Amino acid sequence: MLKMQLPTLGCYFCVFAKLTKGSAMCANLSFNTRITIPAASAAAEMMVPLDPSAKPTSQRRIAEGDNVVVYERHDAMRAVAVRAGGVLQNRFGVFRHDDWLGRPFGCKVYSTGGGGGGGRGGGKAGAGFVHLLAPTPELWTLVLSHRTQILYIADISLVVSYLELVPGCVVFESGTGSGSLTTSLARAVAPHGRVCTFDFHEQRATSAREDFERNGLSSLITVAVRDIQSEGFPEEQRGAADAVFLDLPQPWLAIPSAGITLKQDGVLCSFSPCIEQVQRACEAMRSCFTDIRTFEILLRTYEVREGALKGAADDEECNAGPLPHREENYCLLRKLQMVYIILLLSWLGLAAPLKGTPAT
Amino acid sequence: MISNHYVHTFQNRDGASGDTIVEALIANSSTFGKKTVFSQEKYKLKKQKKYAPKVLLRRPSTRSICETYFKKSPARTGFMRVDALSLLLSMANVGPYSDVLVVDMVGGLVVGAVAERLGGTGYVCSTYLGSAPSSIDIIRMYNLSSDMTSRIVQAPLGDLCSLQNSFNASSVLKDSIQAEGPEPNTVPVENTEPSIPQPVDTTVLDEKAQSSEVQPTNIDISEPTMDEQINQDDNSSLDCKGNDVSSIASKSLRAGKAPSPEKMKYWNEHGFSSLIVAAPGHEVESFVADLLPLLSYSAPFAIYHQYLQPLAACMHSLQVSKTAIGLQISEPWLREYQVLPSRTHPHMQMNAFGGYILSGIRIHNGDACNGIQ
Repeated sequence: MLKMQLPTLGCYFCVFAKLTKGSAMCANLSFNTRITIPAASAAAEMMVPLDPSAKPTSQRRIAEGDNVVVYERHDAMRAVAVRAGGVLQNRFGVFRHDDWLGRPFGCKVYSTGGGGGGGRGGGKAGAGFVHLLAPTPELWTLVLSHRTQILYIADISLVVSYLELVPGCVVFESGTGSGSLTTSLARAVAPHGRVCTFDFHEQRATSAREDFERNGLSSLITVAVRDIQSEGFPEEQRGAADAVFLDLPQPWLAIPSAGITLKQDGVLCSFSPCIEQVQRACEAMRSCFTDIRTFEILLRTYEVREGALKGAADDEECNAGPLPHREENYCLLRKLQMVYIILLLSWLGLAAPLKGTPAT
Repeated sequence: MISNHYVHTFQNRDGASGDTIVEALIANSSTFGKKTVFSQEKYKLKKQKKYAPKVLLRRPSTRSICETYFKKSPARTGFMRVDALSLLLSMANVGPYSDVLVVDMVGGLVVGAVAERLGGTGYVCSTYLGSAPSSIDIIRMYNLSSDMTSRIVQAPLGDLCSLQNSFNASSVLKDSIQAEGPEPNTVPVENTEPSIPQPVDTTVLDEKAQSSEVQPTNIDISEPTMDEQINQDDNSSLDCKGNDVSSIASKSLRAGKAPSPEKMKYWNEHGFSSLIVAAPGHEVESFVADLLPLLSYSAPFAIYHQYLQPLAACMHSLQVSKTAIGLQISEPWLREYQVLPSRTHPHMQMNAFGGYILSGIRIHNGDACNGIQ
């Protein structure tokens, strides 16, 4: 079970740029691409419905093969594939998948640990429960297995907005990493768009491909193994992209190729944890991109608690002593105010381990 | 130092290009040579902006429209910054085939953004309290195709809730809805009396088994709608937008029409895929309580507000009623940087107030026994 780590302070920089006319880039790039297109997934296509009937609604019931997100607490969730006879064990007890079949998404299910399986566990004191949620790209970002540092919702939402993605767009991405952003990109361009994502690490590319297949996204996302920094994007994709996203240790090496791959008026985004990388990336962009902007985004969360504040009259009353004929007035003065105390919880930022330069 | 008069002569009589003027200004400036390299660059850019301006024409997108309004007239869009709007769209899982329920009191910015993300599939149901919807003029900025605008529908909250109740209760309510149908037409377009919408509101509210907390909110809202264009249905919108260019008028005709009864029935049975509320200046706690039952189970929602307190109250009541989980109040923080060689630093001024968002997921709070229903 992956405990969600909420990093503390940190910042990321996204650099957005638009392609200008007449970019004369002569890059001598070698092309050695392996693009594999996996077979259509059999998994329920709920995360990004490609069909009106696929989306989860109140009428839909959990069936075998469905992916659900088991919500234990706001910071403890996991993705589970429902199967007959399957069992989930966690701190709240033992949960049988069979109890979930036929229930609606968003329902509360109880554990069957201890007193009699299948009976009404609700009455038993201390019976654990979880909620079963329909998967969405946001929930997926919080439950996926981290093979690399991932992007979280604040960055993802800003990137999707600034890349000006609408259904039907073609997006190129490098590197894939754990596929957090890739899943949200797929939603943004569905149902007829395309996400072409590249990663130099073969194992990670395979894991990502498997994740996308499991989530029913294979028809939208193509994963390829390629070292974009040294090889650039494939030549046959020249002018194919509406948007390009780079999350690389040395993005300036890939920027000329991104310029070639982008259509006129396309948008490029480069994402870096360090200001030095941002500076070099911007420098590389100046020759064929315009309207270059750099942002840092963070998310602060607030906690809300109901509390009581004492009135100033309380202290006076103690000194005055009891006066029976005026007790009623004192009761009014002593009434406590109920207010909401708003606490600043944390800076929910993104801390990245410093991305090392690749070995030569 | 060249005088202004000289420059104007240069410009008008000799027909010199902007670049020539800039060069001439630099050549004749007494202080230019003493400036640092950075200062010289800054001077040149400043003069170019004045005498040789360049514009780049681009298609409007959610991002650019939101940024423009935020800079020029943020009050119209409830001070919603780009990152807040982007977060709303992500948190509400706006994607293909979604049926998104929206309360948009920010001029149509959110409705347009959702319609753009849907790309012609699914629906945006813009709902409103009372009998008159608030203006959603900003959707015209998006250059939406006719497919996309046809996906934008408007329905009063009273109708959506009444259907919900009639689904559970008797069919008497359905008859009342049909009786109410023609009523909005009889309310005059230039209605400035707050008392006139009220009788309509109270009849709608009486049907609802929901709490009467909504009533005070209706009375508040009737005042803002006085100023905005009243866009009641297809017929009256013709009158309202008669002075527009015909293509724009036809777009607004297609957008904002009432949904078909089949669609209303579908949403009643299946629920909406998600909810976005952008009602700055309103107390949200009461009408969120009415909106949540209209959502599918496990549907996400995102509520934007300019201020923290109303969201805190709303979050508290949702926690107590146990109708939602994953509740979180977020404040997005955005800082823009200038990145230039040896001159990289954040912009000198930063906006610190982009609003707050309450997000969560609606849950099924029926009986939770083990075993199949």
